[in-house]
Amino acid sequence: MLTRRIIPCFDVADGRVVKGIRFLNLRDAGDPVELARAYNDEGADELVFLDIRASPERRDTAIDMVRSIADEVFIPFTVGGGIRSPEDVRQMLESGADKVAINTAAVENADLVREAAERFGSQCIVVAIDAKRSAAGSWQVHTYGGVGGGTPVEIDAVDWAGRCADAGAGEILITGMDADGTQEGYDLELTRAVSEAVPVPVIASGGAGEPEHMYEAFVKGKADAALAASIFHFGTHRIREVKQYLAERDIPVRL
Amino acid sequence: MKVVIVDFGAGNLHSVSRAVVNAGTRPLVTSNPSYLEDAEAVIVPGVGAAADTMSNLRASGFVEPIRDYIASGRPFLGVCMGQQALFEVSEEGGEHECLGILPGRVVRFSNGLKVPHMGWNQVRIVKQHPIFEGVDDGSYFYFVHSYYPQPADPDVVIGETEYGVTFASVIARDNIVATQFHPEKSGEAGLRMYANFLKIAATAGVA
Repeated sequence: MLTRRIIPCFDVADGRVVKGIRFLNLRDAGDPVELARAYNDEGADELVFLDIRASPERRDTAIDMVRSIADEVFIPFTVGGGIRSPEDVRQMLESGADKVAINTAAVENADLVREAAERFGSQCIVVAIDAKRSAAGSWQVHTYGGVGGGTPVEIDAVDWAGRCADAGAGEILITGMDADGTQEGYDLELTRAVSEAVPVPVIASGGAGEPEHMYEAFVKGKADAALAASIFHFGTHRIREVKQYLAERDIPVRL
Repeated sequence: MKVVIVDFGAGNLHSVSRAVVNAGTRPLVTSNPSYLEDAEAVIVPGVGAAADTMSNLRASGFVEPIRDYIASGRPFLGVCMGQQALFEVSEEGGEHECLGILPGRVVRFSNGLKVPHMGWNQVRIVKQHPIFEGVDDGSYFYFVHSYYPQPADPDVVIGETEYGVTFASVIARDNIVATQFHPEKSGEAGLRMYANFLKIAATAGVA
């Protein structure tokens, strides 16, 4: 049976993981390769690296990082942050990334998702959406999510997810901005609305603090994968422990 | 041992190459079909769409050399699109003629489940084969695909996976082995399959 995926997410800057990982006994907690290896051993199903300071000048550092991860890690990983053109996508894929996440640039360049999907295949194009609740049952897309709460744009998030899937996105990574950082659980209503609106897999993001939150993301949010950062990085819960918890509750996971 | 990875411009070569290195051999990644002439093992990887895969294979002059290579009886490994391309026809984006080495079609999931079939799923070993040495029945592998092969000859199916339907996730016939999943992205079990493939190739070279 296809399992639900647990995906740790790392913020990186200048080729280093920021926000130190506090629980694993690592020689260098900022080294993406060492972390990737450790999380692979922990039972992570995929990894996501978000370059929070991506810029054209820092491109070479990012590429070197992707290459060294790909050299050592034999599970899929996604790279996001600063992906603005099909050429950026090509560079990341050729360096060894399995997928790229496109966020702001998808909103600003209407053809990017379609072009990238046609050229490289839907399987490697993840559209990341940052969404904030604007009214009951309605969420507004925000761009530049990493910068001071993001910039609202006049696009409905659920509608946008559907359009991205139509354009060829192979997966939607949906972050509920109201829940993000709270560790009080994912925005389940948003996750579910997106999951029901698109025919492609959906990754829930933002708000995970307990194994129960992941269970809810799968059952109530109908997500295919759950992404989390702090809960794993701070050692609050181990990946295998979360997976055990899910398995005991009949959620199919890879143990 | 001369291990050749066919580069026809379709992604994930880096991972496949690293998996082969991990198994102890340095492969040659090449877009030059003439290297297939004295290759002792050939791997055709691939992600993306069937039409592109076939048109890229044609444009880069690999179609006949791959057919000749397989006909020569030397070990061949196809991965993902490299598996699908072995069949006669793919329905991806219309009807596309593939290599036609194995009878059968490549069809789309139409079971109402999410497509692509993306993530870790189990492979049930239906027929023992040296490629599975040290791989447990029911091991998890990483899949990303929207289409799957329907071999006309059920005898070629050595591994099966469930996703709304039961489909052929590993096939083998004579010197051919092919997987729908990505062993280079499937952790230990996948690396084991690369090691097994190289072992098969080393043994074939001795015989």
